[in-house]
Amino acid sequence: MSIPLSWYLILAAALFCIGLYGVLSRKNAIAILLGVELMLNAVNINLVAFWRYLNPAQMAGQAFAVIVFAVAAAEVAVGLALIISVYRRRKTVVADEIDLMKW
Amino acid sequence: MTAEQIIFILTGALVLGSGLMVVTVRNLLHAALWLVASLFGVAILYAILQANFLAVVQVVVYIGAIAVLFIFAVMLTRRELMEKGRQTRPNRWLPALLGLLILSGLVVLILSVPGVENTAAALPAGLDTVRALGTALVSPDAYVVPFEVASVLMLAALVGAVYVATAEKK
Amino acid sequence: MTFWNNPINFIGNWLTGLLTGWHLPVALATILLYIIGITVLIVFAMTLDIGLVWVERKVVARFQDRLGPNRIGPFGLIQPVADIIKMVIKEDITPAGADKIIYNIAPVLAATSVILLWAILPLASTIYGVDLNVGLLYIVAAGALGTLAIIMAGWSSNNKYALLGAFRMVSNMISYEIPMVIILLIPTILANTMSVQGITQAQSGMWFAILSPLALLIFVISAIAELGRSPFDLNEAESEIVAGFHIEYTGMKFGWFYAGELLHAFTFGGFMAILFFGGYGGFFGLEKLAAFGWLNIPFVQALVFITKAMIGYWVIMWVKYSVPRIRIDHMLAFNWKFLVPLALVVLVNTAVLNKVLIDLPGWLYVLGMFGSNIVIGFITVEILRAHGRKQRSLTPPSPQPLHPSGHMSQGERGV
Repeated sequence: MSIPLSWYLILAAALFCIGLYGVLSRKNAIAILLGVELMLNAVNINLVAFWRYLNPAQMAGQAFAVIVFAVAAAEVAVGLALIISVYRRRKTVVADEIDLMKW
Repeated sequence: MTAEQIIFILTGALVLGSGLMVVTVRNLLHAALWLVASLFGVAILYAILQANFLAVVQVVVYIGAIAVLFIFAVMLTRRELMEKGRQTRPNRWLPALLGLLILSGLVVLILSVPGVENTAAALPAGLDTVRALGTALVSPDAYVVPFEVASVLMLAALVGAVYVATAEKK
Repeated sequence: MTFWNNPINFIGNWLTGLLTGWHLPVALATILLYIIGITVLIVFAMTLDIGLVWVERKVVARFQDRLGPNRIGPFGLIQPVADIIKMVIKEDITPAGADKIIYNIAPVLAATSVILLWAILPLASTIYGVDLNVGLLYIVAAGALGTLAIIMAGWSSNNKYALLGAFRMVSNMISYEIPMVIILLIPTILANTMSVQGITQAQSGMWFAILSPLALLIFVISAIAELGRSPFDLNEAESEIVAGFHIEYTGMKFGWFYAGELLHAFTFGGFMAILFFGGYGGFFGLEKLAAFGWLNIPFVQALVFITKAMIGYWVIMWVKYSVPRIRIDHMLAFNWKFLVPLALVVLVNTAVLNKVLIDLPGWLYVLGMFGSNIVIGFITVEILRAHGRKQRSLTPPSPQPLHPSGHMSQGERGV
């Protein structure tokens, strides 16, 4: 093992910021969800790197990462179901145009 | 420059490069496929970190299920005009600036923690990570409660997604 | 370690010595050896694939009461070479409006997802690619990559039949992944490990097919559905949807899909052999006797494995050429309403009985597990019969059509 921990953390930070850029700058709702997925993966890389480097005998890092997998899958399923349902009604998935509830 | 470091750099390039393509490409289906490449790179990272169960579950859950869901959603919500117009909001320099600021802040923070330049110790001998993870997820004084709550969450998501996505019967 | 009982490591060490003797640094020599090993494995798998084309055509011919290829070479053995030459020299058409990059990657990804499985397939106790300790999940992961390849193929062809076929195929594959994953837990419970080598070696006393025949049955059914072969091949049959997701593929690209499907079928025959029939071993303890020590030689084990895998492949082909196609909604209903509950019941039963009976002597354990499977099978058949009886009583029988003059027609007079 010759890779310092900081490399993993910096990689995860970079992936997180790329995901953040995707969420903030895209118009299409599905593209925003793609950015959210990138951020969740960055968090997971962090968790697993800390598990491995600090105390591999204690499984908290991996267990947390498994729970994050489950939550991410659930969130994508419900989010995409909502987007498809909105598309059926309003024929658009551009996030700016879904504004019926604005004042 | 050991072989492991070379593999890490190549995998990191795959992950970050595909991530950049995800957020900049115009055609949404291509963006979903670049996401697949990025997720595969993350699975390779888990394998380098010796978390093999997580690496394989990453491929099964993210690439086999979530990416497929994304591709189906993109196909079901296509409109001809969408891929020709602008894909990003106007003044996208602002999110880019924000991203760079947060990245530099995080890097400074990371490098200021003592002990962050350590390399990993070898895994304790006889530690079977898969067995230990399984025991941790179901033993009462470890993480069985979050595990069960996550399964209830997934049941709720399943019922909710099916109900929301079902077309109304005319 | 000699060549006869550890061929791959022996050759590896010899080559490393040779390369470092030529003043190559050790790290580079290791990487070179890995690349050579991977290439040899892929070449072996693809050569086997060519042979499988011949096997498939001969077997289908015999099932259909004809001879099959017998002109080119003795018994038609050179037929696959002719097939490949034909496919290579065909014109390579890309439909207008197709997404070129995805269109070209899809067949490669489909074949890659099958070859990836050969990395963990053990041909003998010392001839294998790698022994992952999460081998069974790796099988599911490689299947997930295949699913992706099919969507890519269907979408990029710019053809509505391809898209429909791809949608159906993918919904089929991800639905049947669920009983397969549940059933893959059963060898894990019985062998206490997820690694494929560990499961094979845990069957040296008793095959898992005898400990859990229902698991074998459900695995065969979901494997055939995963492969997309008949009777689950509505998605790519010519009479249904004009070849489904690979309509627009010609020449060698179609050849990749076709070869990938055959190799996938053989690989699942191999997994059937490993998970339930003892793989390269499983002689019920016979190989420990001195007279049968030759059963431990890796090459004999490889031969045993390939024979068992061929038998598994033959069973898959037998089902394909005997049973008619199933409609897509029947396929999915069969999965969600029958296979998944049955798989869960079998899993819970195996897990509970494994804990309860583990202390009893060997034959009582085997009898208990086998008996419980028979009981579950019996109850399932009874439930299905009751369900069928209820369905039949709801729909009244249709009346027999009479000849206009009121008598039965000539042919029906009970002759």
